[in-house]
Formats: sequence, structure tokens, C-alpha cells
Amino acid sequence: MKKRQKNYSLILGASIAIFMLLLLLIGTFYTPYDPDAMDAGAKFAAPSLAHIFGCDHFGRDVFSRVLKGTGNTFFVASLTILLGGGIGILTGAFTGYFGGWIDEILMRINDVVVSFPNILLALVFISILGPGKNNVIFALAIVFIPSFARITRSEFLRQREMDYVKSARLMGVPHLRIMFVHIFPNVLPSIFSMAAIGFNNAVLAEAGMSYLGIGVQPPDASLGRMLSEAQTYLMKAPWAAVFPGIAVILLALGFSLLSDGLLKKGGK
Amino acid sequence: MKNVLEVKNVSASYKDGKQRQEVLKDISLEVRENEILGLVGESGCGKSTLSKVILGFVKPDCGEIIHHTKMPQMIFQDPFSSLNPKKKVSWILEEPLRMQKMPREQRREKVLEMAEKVGLSREQIDRYPRELSGGQRQRVSIAASLIQGSRFIIADEPVSALDVTIQRQIMELMVKLQEEMQLSILFISHDLNVIYQMCDRVLVMKNGKIEEQAETEELFEHPKSEYTKELLRAALQ
Repeated sequence: MKKRQKNYSLILGASIAIFMLLLLLIGTFYTPYDPDAMDAGAKFAAPSLAHIFGCDHFGRDVFSRVLKGTGNTFFVASLTILLGGGIGILTGAFTGYFGGWIDEILMRINDVVVSFPNILLALVFISILGPGKNNVIFALAIVFIPSFARITRSEFLRQREMDYVKSARLMGVPHLRIMFVHIFPNVLPSIFSMAAIGFNNAVLAEAGMSYLGIGVQPPDASLGRMLSEAQTYLMKAPWAAVFPGIAVILLALGFSLLSDGLLKKGGK
Repeated sequence: MKNVLEVKNVSASYKDGKQRQEVLKDISLEVRENEILGLVGESGCGKSTLSKVILGFVKPDCGEIIHHTKMPQMIFQDPFSSLNPKKKVSWILEEPLRMQKMPREQRREKVLEMAEKVGLSREQIDRYPRELSGGQRQRVSIAASLIQGSRFIIADEPVSALDVTIQRQIMELMVKLQEEMQLSILFISHDLNVIYQMCDRVLVMKNGKIEEQAETEELFEHPKSEYTKELLRAALQ
């Protein structure tokens, strides 16, 4: 056995990610206050034992809203990755493995989508579909397809030339089985880290879009929405912005370290 | 004696930019039952392309390839890329049997039997390819190529990635299996010493053409073409 170097990104990334997942799990079942309940007496209340993260301009408990908002942001980001990643991986696998004119066409479409900045493209879709959580997921998913397709395609292109694939073909293994049983496990590490990076971008994109008011709709909490609302009274009640901000950073940081760590691990 | 493979007047070319590069020029050969046929030549002479054409990975421009048995299996030069790194050896060996819809217990039995034949232990087949040495990996490749019941194997430089002592072991194993199982082997190599020790008959290839073919003894003692003489001289040095 080779001596293993400690993979700090993996350890730290996994801990942060697990911590955030725990928070969000708690948030789905229990929040100290109703995240949407307003309390006129607690308007702009500073952090205290009763409201550990303080209250916002409607007197809503920031801690409860962060718990709920993390859940919403995570939900949007994961569904985006699941949908966009799923379609992207399938496209990449088929185009990379079979090549030919389907490959040419799909990759040119890919180039077109890639040539627009991500958020801008998502904004265009939102302006067509109308705002709302589901539409954001849909728009972001479309934007995320190309990056997955590209990575998966290049991996499949590389793997299909390997002798083990030729050998499988000679043994009469059907194409689909070669693609998903033989090649896929070899491609998984890259897809995994790609998914983590994508998740990150999705978290930031969701926050950004909610910040612009076209993502998760009020009164529902989302981290980006909370940031945008807190902006107007940043000096008066900085806690209303700081805590959701930290949550966004932790979500993004956790998963980006995790992907980094996984990549290092896969490279060994 | 019957043939397992006939190649008739096959030519093949690659597209190299705008030009077509002719790699095989009017090749005809046959592989007989129960023989090891050596295919020797310098690198770039078209040996590997010929094997790809025979296996259907490359379409020939013209000519005919007639298989008289089941599709031949292949043993590759690089024992690293020829085994799926993410699968255990036992999984790799079972896969061809899965394709034949053999039930699980029977598969395991057959794998153990085959592993014993090629000299792999029970413990070794439950490892991943990266945990085995080059020679052991090549044994796995040999087992995988034979397990479906193929009796015709194409071996493309199967020992050139190995050190000399391991080379010897693998060559002996192949000869032993060939005798035991009555295999036909098309043995591709650039190394005349290896060819001399293994093959019954030899084809010498040069620039995509077959330069000379003869029984091994005959070729080594009375080479006809100048090119063969040159190769022999180089090998003796």
C-alpha cells in the first residue's frame, strides 16, 4: 500500500457539506419560529437568546429563515444539477461513444449555448417562462447541460479507444452495456467533481436570481432573496444580511472543497 | 488441414489529412487450425492494422475476410489498458459468460477453472487489475479471451511490454494452452526471437505487404527475401 497523504479538502469539504445538510434537514422538520411569521414588536431585533440570528424588517426570525432558505436554495440547486446533469451526461455519453454526425450537431448546439454567459441565458429563459421556483430550476438546468455534456463526451471519447472496450465488443457485450456498465464507472470521478462544481454555481445562480427577484417568490425564504431584502437596511440590521451570506458561502465552499478533494482522490 | 481464417486480397488505408495513406496492400493469408502463425515486421508495417481489419474495427477498402469459427478474441500489448480498471478480475472474467447467459454459480466455477489453467490463484482473481503485476494481468487477458470457448486468438505483441523472465513465462503458458486446447493463434510481434520460439509458421510483413511466408525452421535457415535476411541479421546481433 502506498503511503496516503491526508486529503484535507476532502475532509473539510465533506464536514462543511454534511453540516449544511444537517442544518437543512433540521430546517425541513423544525424551525424555532414560523419562518414567515411577522412580529411587529421584534422588528430589526438584534441577535439575542430568543432570536440567535436576530430579526429582519418584518420581525421574522432570521435563524428560522436561514434554515428554510438553505433548504430552498439547496433544493433548487440539486434539482438543477439532477436535471441538467442527467441530460448532459446522457448526451455526452452518446455523442462521445458513437461520434458521427449526431455528435457534430449536438456539440455545435452546445457551443451556441456555451457562448452566452450562464446567468444571462437563464434570465432569458425566465423572461419567457415567467419567474418562480420551478421555472428557475428549469432555466438553470438548460444552462447547465452543456458543461456536463462536454466533460462526459470527452471522457467517453477517451475511454472508447481503450483496449478494454474493444475487448468487451469482441466478447459481444452490447453497446449500452459497454457505455453504462463498463465505461461509466471509469468516468464517474470526473462527473462527480463536475457535479459538485455545478452545484456550487447553481447555488450562486439561484441566490443571484432570487436576489434579482425572479427566483423563489416571497414570502418563501431563499438565501439570495434574504440578501436582497436585507440590502436596504444593511447598516441598521447587518445580521439580516450576514447570516444568509455566511450560509451561501458555506454551501458553496463546502461543495467546492468536496469536489476538489474528490478530484484529488480520483487522480491517485 | 482446415483454416480458421482466410484473408483474401485485402487493402486498407487511413485518411491522413487530405491524402489517403495506404497501410495494407493486397494482403492474403490463412490461419490454420491448431497452429501458431507468427506475423513479424517492423513497427509501422501494418501488423496492428491487419489485426484490426480482421476483427472488424477497421473497414478494408477491398478484399474479403472469412471467419470459419466464432469471432476471434484478442490479447493486447498493454496489459494496463486492456483490463477495466474499475472492475475486479473475477468480474472481468465473468462478463463474457454473462453474455452467454450462464447462471451465476456456473460462472464462478468456470472462472475458477480458467484461472487455474492460466496460473492465477483464487485470491488474485478477487483483486483489481491495478493490484496485479504486468505478467499476472496478461494471464487475466489470456483467460478472458479463452473463457467464452473461442479457439482462435489474435495476440498483438502480448509479451513486448513485459520483462524478459516474465516474457518467457507468458510464452510458455501460451504454448501450453495452445497444445492443450488446440488453439489457433495469430501471434503478432516485432521480435524474431519470440517468433522463433513460439510459431509454427511465419509471415514477414514490410510496408503493408507480405514479403515472405514459410515454416519457421525453413524461414530461419533459408530466408528467401533480402528483407528477411536483414531482419535475421539484426536479430542475431
